[in-house]
Amino acid sequence: MIEAALVLGGIGFLAALGLGAASIKFHVETDPRVEEVAEALPGVNCGACGLTGCNALAEAIVAGGALPNACIPGGEDVSKNIATIMGLDAEKAEKFIAVLHCKGVHGKAIDKGQYLGIPDCRAAALVLSSPKGCNYGCMGLGTCERSCPFDAIHMGDKGIAVVDAEACTGCGSCVRACPKSILDLRPLSMNVHIRCNSPLSGKQIKALCSVGCIGCGRCEKICPVEAISMSRGLAIIDAEKCVDCGMCAQVCPTSNIDDALAPRRDLLIEEEKCIGCTKCAKVCPVDAIEGEKKEVHKIHQEKCIGCQRCVQVCPVDAVMLGAERPKPGAKKKTSEAATDG
Amino acid sequence: MKPTLYITSSPHVFDGDSVSKIMWTVSAALLPSALWGFYLFGLPALAVTALCVAFSAIFEAVAQKLRGREVTIEDGSAVLTGLLLAMNLPAAAPWWLCVFGAATAVLLGKQVFGGLGHNPFNPALVARVVMLISFPVEMTDWTVSSGVLADAVTAATPLGEAKTFLMSPERGQLPQVALMDLFIGMRPGSIGETSTLLLLLGAAVLYVRRIITLDIPLGFIAALLAVTIPAYMLAPDKYLSPQLHLMTGGLMLGAFFMATDMVTSPLNGKGRLVFGIGCGLITAIIRLWGGYPEGVSFSILLMNSTVPLIDRYTKPRKFGFVPVKKGGEA
Amino acid sequence: MGKKLFRGGVHPHDEKERTASLPVVDAGLPERLFLPVSQHIGAPAKPIVTKGDKVLGGQVVAEAAGFVSVPIHASTSGTVRSVAPYAHPLGAEQLAIEIEVDGEDTFVEAEGPMEPIADPFNHDPNEIKTRILAAGIVGMGGATFPTHVKLSPPPEIGIDTIILNGVECEPFLTADHRLMLDRPDDIINGLKVILAIFGLDSGFIGIEKNKPDPIALMQDKAASLGGVEVKPLEVRYPQGAEKQLIHAISGRDVPSAALPMAVGTVVQNVATAVAIWEAVTQGKPLTSRICTVTGDGVKEPKNLLIRTGTPIGYLIEQCGGLTDDIAKVIMGGPMMGLSQYTLDVPSTKGTSGLLCLPASQVRTEPQKSCISCGRCVSSCPMGLSPTTIYNFIDADRVAEADEWDTLDCIECASCSYVCPAGIPLVQYIRYAKGRVLARRRQLGT
Ligand code: SF4
Ligand code: SF4
Repeated sequence: MIEAALVLGGIGFLAALGLGAASIKFHVETDPRVEEVAEALPGVNCGACGLTGCNALAEAIVAGGALPNACIPGGEDVSKNIATIMGLDAEKAEKFIAVLHCKGVHGKAIDKGQYLGIPDCRAAALVLSSPKGCNYGCMGLGTCERSCPFDAIHMGDKGIAVVDAEACTGCGSCVRACPKSILDLRPLSMNVHIRCNSPLSGKQIKALCSVGCIGCGRCEKICPVEAISMSRGLAIIDAEKCVDCGMCAQVCPTSNIDDALAPRRDLLIEEEKCIGCTKCAKVCPVDAIEGEKKEVHKIHQEKCIGCQRCVQVCPVDAVMLGAERPKPGAKKKTSEAATDG
Repeated sequence: MKPTLYITSSPHVFDGDSVSKIMWTVSAALLPSALWGFYLFGLPALAVTALCVAFSAIFEAVAQKLRGREVTIEDGSAVLTGLLLAMNLPAAAPWWLCVFGAATAVLLGKQVFGGLGHNPFNPALVARVVMLISFPVEMTDWTVSSGVLADAVTAATPLGEAKTFLMSPERGQLPQVALMDLFIGMRPGSIGETSTLLLLLGAAVLYVRRIITLDIPLGFIAALLAVTIPAYMLAPDKYLSPQLHLMTGGLMLGAFFMATDMVTSPLNGKGRLVFGIGCGLITAIIRLWGGYPEGVSFSILLMNSTVPLIDRYTKPRKFGFVPVKKGGEA
Repeated sequence: MGKKLFRGGVHPHDEKERTASLPVVDAGLPERLFLPVSQHIGAPAKPIVTKGDKVLGGQVVAEAAGFVSVPIHASTSGTVRSVAPYAHPLGAEQLAIEIEVDGEDTFVEAEGPMEPIADPFNHDPNEIKTRILAAGIVGMGGATFPTHVKLSPPPEIGIDTIILNGVECEPFLTADHRLMLDRPDDIINGLKVILAIFGLDSGFIGIEKNKPDPIALMQDKAASLGGVEVKPLEVRYPQGAEKQLIHAISGRDVPSAALPMAVGTVVQNVATAVAIWEAVTQGKPLTSRICTVTGDGVKEPKNLLIRTGTPIGYLIEQCGGLTDDIAKVIMGGPMMGLSQYTLDVPSTKGTSGLLCLPASQVRTEPQKSCISCGRCVSSCPMGLSPTTIYNFIDADRVAEADEWDTLDCIECASCSYVCPAGIPLVQYIRYAKGRVLARRRQLGT
């Protein structure tokens, strides 16, 4: 055994020598800023910037090939720090998060059969396109979960991925990992999302999933700002145009459209609190707020869409939530729209 | 009615062999040798074996529980590890040594690496070597208190005697053993290593069941002979004869049951041959010139560590690799 | 040119006894047919009929869209009910032409481009190839590669060996077996048409030795018709894979990443040869084929003559229906077939079998860790190391997976068949192929 120990020790020693020599021999001079920038980056090598990792991005930034705000997950703080190192102005970027465009949980969406095989979506997509009846839906095998460097997306027990909005940095790893392109990045401020990815016709969808987009076009019609377009039987919201009013969610017959603010409520400004800063009027996407500077402001209920942006900007918490608003065209459709929990 | 069907990738039929079938078959193939060991060394041998097997299974289950994995002792791999370990111990091994050995084999040899399939070294051998270094006295206590070999005053194994003689000729002599006794297994030694006949029988079963291939054992034996035959011819008064080398110590057990462990041996034939030859050479070197009488365990462990390298350099030649253009013989 | 056995391979039980001795019976006409526009490798055909159109059997309903594509013909007469996405054996819905069958089964006259050719052995090869395309013929062994493309190698490549594949190494299937017993003359004549295209006068037919009756019959016929050598081949899966077959018959090894034409060889299935013969001499397009419906999950296994586009549910009904413990329905054989999820799926030109397995024969245990037994390595007929590729791709190491020849895999599934750990190696390798190709594209190589 002594020999064995010696031999093994000797091998280890030689290897260490070799490595040491190599690191001296192949050492390259680098711009000291590369290290500084790399330090300022989160260091999780998520690849959101499109490069192989944080060091690669640091090199790119120092070389001028990337902007200081290229790191999406890092957000504002990181880009500020980097801008300081580089002596540049930081540009403010809006925060995005991943959104899953599928709502086909167990019980709502059918499966083709019992899938047995590699528990990975990309591999499962090779067997009959998808274990799910719908070939466009979330297979729930967790490829995105494993790809996420921030542990921000998980397979719930319902069979589809769930994004943790707090933890999500919008790096887009999951978007790239999903073989069905069900995920995309949407502004964090958006509350209304289409939750379907299938271009199939209404009849086909209904046979496969009770909460899919059937392409009826009601959302398109009701949208006050023409933010919704129907593409191959699937509604798509243009994030640039959307004012977050949530009307579409209320008319969707399969309850496919999610509205994080539902049920929408009336909004009222408390007169005693209002200081007349005009911030709310400026942020209102539908000009429903009126009032002179330094005077009490008022919300016109018939114009208000209940997006609550004023609530968020008010510095003195003067905007209060009121009663639930009635649904547009609710008379006939209530029962159908209420089927989904 | 629409039946719910299974959907899978091809193929849809299988040859029906499974990991657990393989493990249990190997265990069964070891059984004759084990029984022979009980016959030779009596109840203590049986106790040692039972302890090793039971505690290997227990440690495996506990480790899997702790790691939050499914407990898979029914797949037989822990039992086999325990059995192999026992086969490598002297019948006189105290109970605590067996428990220690089982723990070392299963925990240090296997579970720390991630369980079955991920261990680079043969778990039973890891345990044996650790024990040999830590408890040299207990591990080489060949006293036989019961069984047919009881009182057959054999304080040392043939290999041990030979080594003593080699180290200090004035204190010993080259052992004289009847070859037939060796072949049948009428000799002291570890519980499961004595009977060449029964080990070969078990190996034959494994070969027929296509669980082992012959490249490793044959390479092992051939390489050992390639060193020991010339050595014996040059100095017959100093070295053991090749026959003795073959049939003493753990060679048969090691070559057919330990070196052939699937997890820790190379993937394809070429690699396995290299592996076997390596084992044989190292064993011969240790036996003839090293400090220990026996080298089988060390050699297999050393070669285990080279398996990834061997696999890398014995990549199979793919079909159509040599571009033959016209009617050539590939 | 010695007979050689390839390295690797496996010996699954051949399970052919269920249907090997059953004569082919006509499956008859279902009420509706669904003709997917994509029944072959290459560009999907373009539909040229619309809802309401009356069609006759043999009428073109979708035309070839490009060189690597073939037309689709109505397989009986009736009315087009829709041209819409429909269930497809590959899982994703595909455009299909739905025909309501009228039961008359009238066929179009074989005239114009399909007019019978009187002396096919001395005819302009290009016209014959055009005819093969017009008849919509594809490789009927299951690969469904357009036949006219295979018969049109670049002019600088000299073809000197034609092999007909009568190996049928997939367990359970007996469609080619029956075809060889029923129509030996047509097979040999079909082969001769192919030989004539290349100006050759002798070719081979390879048949596995587990089919002694077709071997004897074909040898008999070969003796009287000439120009053909029947080669009995060792029984080992995948003897019928192109490269392994060529290796066995001519001792040539098709280089990695190359096609059989690289060694001057063209391989065609025996059923394809019959289709060629019918198209050339009778002007019949490819609208039917033999399909073995078998396995313990179907009540009366049979060899059926089926129309292209027949829903598999109908075929199963013709065989007494499924047993109660049915657990898997597979289109094709057990080694390379595709498991199906609905009986609505239509059969295609490549449907050589339908295998129905009861629950007791479906393996459901989850995969275990690889125990490095090396059986996958020794069983791989392509000389690959499946477990190594599996390990690399499982660790997302695509570059190494590529280095270990992922793309050489022929997906024969021998490796998964033997793996004691139940690892779906082929699925991993198919997945790895996708990743390797994507990586190569990214690197621009
Ligand atoms: S499926 Fe591929 S890797 Fe597996 S045995 Fe066949 S050729 Fe080899
Ligand atoms: S056959 Fe299975 S267990 Fe054996 S080496 Fe290959 S992958 Fe591993």
